[in-house]
Amino acid sequence: MKTERIYLDNAATTRVDPEAIKAMSPYLGERFGNTSSLHHFGRDADRALSKARESIAKKVKARNHRLVFTSGGTESNNLALKGVAFANRKRGKHIITSSIEHECVLNSCRWLERQGFEVTYLPVDREGFVDLNDLEGAIRKDTVLVSIIHANNEIGTLQPLAEIGRICSEHSVYFHTDACQSFTKTDIGLEKQYIDLLTVNSHKIYGPKGVGGLFIRRGVEIEPLMHGGGHEFGLRSGTVNVPGIVGFARAAEIIRESHIKHMTRLRDMLIEGALGIDDSWLNGPRSERLCNLANFSFRHIEGESLLVHLDLKGIAASTGSACASKSLEPSHVLTAIGLKPEEAQGSIRMSLGRDNTREEMEYTLNALRESVETLRKISPFKGRSV
Amino acid sequence: MYSKQVMEHFRHPRNMGQIKDADGIGQVGNPVCGDVMQMFIKVREGRIADIRFQTFGCVAAIATSSMTTELARGKPLEEALKIGRDDVARALKGLPPIKMHCSNLASGALHAAIKDYYKKKGRAA
Repeated sequence: MKTERIYLDNAATTRVDPEAIKAMSPYLGERFGNTSSLHHFGRDADRALSKARESIAKKVKARNHRLVFTSGGTESNNLALKGVAFANRKRGKHIITSSIEHECVLNSCRWLERQGFEVTYLPVDREGFVDLNDLEGAIRKDTVLVSIIHANNEIGTLQPLAEIGRICSEHSVYFHTDACQSFTKTDIGLEKQYIDLLTVNSHKIYGPKGVGGLFIRRGVEIEPLMHGGGHEFGLRSGTVNVPGIVGFARAAEIIRESHIKHMTRLRDMLIEGALGIDDSWLNGPRSERLCNLANFSFRHIEGESLLVHLDLKGIAASTGSACASKSLEPSHVLTAIGLKPEEAQGSIRMSLGRDNTREEMEYTLNALRESVETLRKISPFKGRSV
Repeated sequence: MYSKQVMEHFRHPRNMGQIKDADGIGQVGNPVCGDVMQMFIKVREGRIADIRFQTFGCVAAIATSSMTTELARGKPLEEALKIGRDDVARALKGLPPIKMHCSNLASGALHAAIKDYYKKKGRAA
């Protein structure tokens, strides 16, 4: 068998688009100015920054929001949660989030709890959806912020942003969503979906690492995490990463509807093929799912073994199994959707990119069938349920 | 992260499967934690004449199971009982610290199979 190199871990990170590299390059070289400088080098960099900001803002139809550039999704989520919590302490100390957030949201919330804030972690159903009645019921007089991830990074569930946003708006509670996985892959409108704060990032959309952003509705009270020279409207001090931001903007501009259609087709091909394997299932919903992500469980085998088996065949995927993580705990997302720990162990995530092909999906499905069969031969559970 | 030896045993596990008329069977671990190992032994003249394993678990769990069967095959039972987690890990040229418990499980399954043999023989281990 010839060795392939198939990258199916685009939810972890993506390859930087050559167009983005080309756009960044001058700002690493001759156009190196500091946006804060008054001379023409500085003004040139500042113009590039403004242009990038406008370009990214268009993607989410931002009119009443400011985009603050950060170092990435983690920083944006930290800024949203901690910044809003601290600035609004007089109004209340209660925050609502879900049990399937990215670790940077969950761990920010846990830290805020240690500072005296109170956090409600909403459960999700079998497919990973938050119940809107639960959400409304959890809102208290002292609730200041609701933070719910748009597309879950492990199973791809897309939350109904507009419905969640409307509830928050009716109760005058700020609504933040982490859109690291969904930005440019699904329609986001800050007004249409009543979003007050939106986290986006660059390296999941074929831009460089180390850049992200937080859209903040004008009038939202928020404290900075970084204090210094007052960059980014005083909300994120530190010399601005102009090359990264220019690359981020270019990457966002390149994305076309046809890329989404292509990834959706490949994803569906993968789902159909994988579900043809005995004792397998799809985690998360069939529709209302991120266009490039599928998460499967295979009974009787363990995810890390499967991942490494596929890697030996040139396929790069990811897993939520305990054995692959440093903590040895099964994924909190798979546990939250009701998988038993032993079921969560046998899961694998495949996240597509726009450069993947049908042939790669066929190769992957064959490899998957073979690997699952091999590992089941080693497993003591074949032929009976765990 | 894994040594060449670990990967080799993961790719080509030795002595995989069951022994239908095993003289001793040992099982350790639990699916909740992500590792279950079964060892089957056949005993002739106080030695392990045949040994097979089945494992549900990660790369390290499969490799340590495989290595344990290699270390135990042909050994007198008393010697096989002395095979411990460090022996297994050493034979595999090391394991990541977080995976050390896997080698403990594998030698534990071997010991359980030997104890099961003694029990069936009506002798205390």
